Amino acid sequence: MATAHDDMSWIRRNRMTLTPLLFLAPGVLFFLAYVIIPILQSFNISLYDWDGLGQATYIGLDNYRELATDRAFEISLWNNVKWLVLYLLAIPAGLFIALFLNQTIVGIRLYKSLFFFPFVISQVVVGLVFSWFYLPREGLLNAVLGVVGLGPINVLGDPTLATYGIIAAGLWPQTAYCMILYLTGLNAVDPEQIEAGRLDGAKGWRMLWHVILPQLKPATFIAFVVTIIGALRSFDLISIMTNGGPFGSTRVLSFYMFEKALSEYGFRMGYGSAIAVVLFLIMLVFIGYFLWSMYQDEKAARH
Amino acid sequence: MLNTLKATVGTLALSAGLTTMALAEDLSGTLRIISDMSNPAPRAVMEGLAAGFDEQHPALTVELEVVDREAWKSQIRNALTANPPDVVNWYAANRMGPYVRAGLFEDISDMYASGDLPGLDSVKGAMTMDGKQWGVPYTYYQWGIYYREDIFNELGLSEPATFEEEIANCQKIIDSGRKCYTIGSKFLWTAGGWFDYLNMRTNGFDFHMQLARGEVEWTDDRVRETFANWRKLIDMGAFIDNHQTYSWQEALPFMLKGEAAAYLMGNFVVPHLREAGLGDDQIDFYQFPKIADVAMGEDAPTDTFHIAANAQNKAAARAFLQYVTSAEVQTKINAADGLGQLPVNANASVGDDEFLQQGFEMLSTNATGGIAQFFDRDFPAEMAALAMEGLQEFMVFPDNLDDILNRLESARGRIYK
Repeated sequence: MATAHDDMSWIRRNRMTLTPLLFLAPGVLFFLAYVIIPILQSFNISLYDWDGLGQATYIGLDNYRELATDRAFEISLWNNVKWLVLYLLAIPAGLFIALFLNQTIVGIRLYKSLFFFPFVISQVVVGLVFSWFYLPREGLLNAVLGVVGLGPINVLGDPTLATYGIIAAGLWPQTAYCMILYLTGLNAVDPEQIEAGRLDGAKGWRMLWHVILPQLKPATFIAFVVTIIGALRSFDLISIMTNGGPFGSTRVLSFYMFEKALSEYGFRMGYGSAIAVVLFLIMLVFIGYFLWSMYQDEKAARH
Repeated sequence: MLNTLKATVGTLALSAGLTTMALAEDLSGTLRIISDMSNPAPRAVMEGLAAGFDEQHPALTVELEVVDREAWKSQIRNALTANPPDVVNWYAANRMGPYVRAGLFEDISDMYASGDLPGLDSVKGAMTMDGKQWGVPYTYYQWGIYYREDIFNELGLSEPATFEEEIANCQKIIDSGRKCYTIGSKFLWTAGGWFDYLNMRTNGFDFHMQLARGEVEWTDDRVRETFANWRKLIDMGAFIDNHQTYSWQEALPFMLKGEAAAYLMGNFVVPHLREAGLGDDQIDFYQFPKIADVAMGEDAPTDTFHIAANAQNKAAARAFLQYVTSAEVQTKINAADGLGQLPVNANASVGDDEFLQQGFEMLSTNATGGIAQFFDRDFPAEMAALAMEGLQEFMVFPDNLDDILNRLESARGRIYK
């Protein structure tokens, strides 16, 4: 009797700790099984020469040494950098479209939906539409260029242009995404502060920069996060529009990893994992920064 | 559609009844087949095969799963390792390598040795690896130059037999404002076909196979000669522009509209040309012309059936392989209204079709050099992927040749260990 009472009181005494732990447990378990452990496995596999079927041979850092001399890897890495930098254009573009659409006129909902449309349709469809747009003979782009006396150009067939062509296609839905984030953010902008700013004589750019943008900081942060992650994850558009070509000039790390490890001619699991590890480390820089800045915000909020 | 399907099934079952009467013991249990014959016509054939075999063995249930042909190329690994089916589709020659080495395909040498597979002697080689046989072929098809007969007639050209004639023809085609060849190299393998032929014609079949096995340097002068011949065509503007942007299907309209006169392709291109409205008086076929004085080698990719090493019902699987390769079934499934390809059994008859007859004639009388599978099936997968990328680059920027060959040579040193 006394022991049972003690047991109950132990659970009672610790329930403030136990309850959150119990609620967290399923999530943590799945996160471990599907995220953390696979990451560690990738690290491990990257040290082996393995075709996914037979025996794996330990080869130390040979896969990484090969990466260092692999030109296709170098091209993929540079393309990732291009994606990262140019994809960020979606943030200012989204902001200006949001500012433009943030007014009350008849039918504004319709216009907003139209601008948001590219984000709703699948990336595969976006890729297809843009590859038709870029078609060397029938494409709309060359028709337009022809009117102003330029072209024709074969954007996706030219190794110097193809990556930019794909990024442009990617910017279309990404801009819509950022626009929605900013539209939501603009709803939360305090009208009294704008009023106060106006009384102090601020308008146009100064109003935007000093009064509105600071209030949009949370939206900007989220837009930054999703855009960076979107740039590093780019895969579907490349696969649809050029399949990594012409001659490998539009590959990014994720696509190269897929080709080496999982595609028809691939199945070098170790080498693919090594590429995945490099991609992970690059992402880790950004993820680390995001986590750190979120932690700072939380800390500031607690004071 | 349903009616024709039923009719196919019916006739298949009928012919099958005649063929395998010899089978003494009857089969029971379940036979699980995973097939990659996902295009409409092959799918109907495969469903007919499964139904026919099922009907023949009352105690046996045949379970057929048809998966997408492209997806199967990466799915086969999982399929063979976890809960494997009894019979799967795959490809002959080097493409079998990873599964043979990993012990996932059943060794069926005894079936060839004991005479269970009559009429397959000539195709046995493509199924042999490490001195054993690992499956059976069920169909193959020729490659060659499919051309617009009406354009040739209009320009007064005849089928060329030598490379000089080919180039002379091509010059006249270009002068008439057309391109000689359409090609879509976005997915790279079409360029592999051109290299196969140019290399086999310039240096011979045996050299081509040495290169495939990694025994010759890519920077070898003989390889350069192949590229020099290729460059003659590129420099005269023989190929359509922007081919790196098109898939092989997207390159078809150039030939359909008469903007390009010919297409180096496998026989599977013929239904596409016919469906698009070209009559048999507008399309014809010739063998890739002679370049150097070497015996002609040909590409004739072979598709196959294999038994999984961990299959549950191997007796039924073996009987199915016999059934598929029997002369009657071979005649039936490869006929013009079936797969429209060539039967693998020497006792089967070739479909009543201009292109099948020509292809069969070419492969049996004028391919004395040897029969290759195809660039990406003869070369190891990784080498093929890198090389085909180089071939595409060469077709767009021929001046990059040295860089490309050095790259391939250093890859050769790493890949063939």
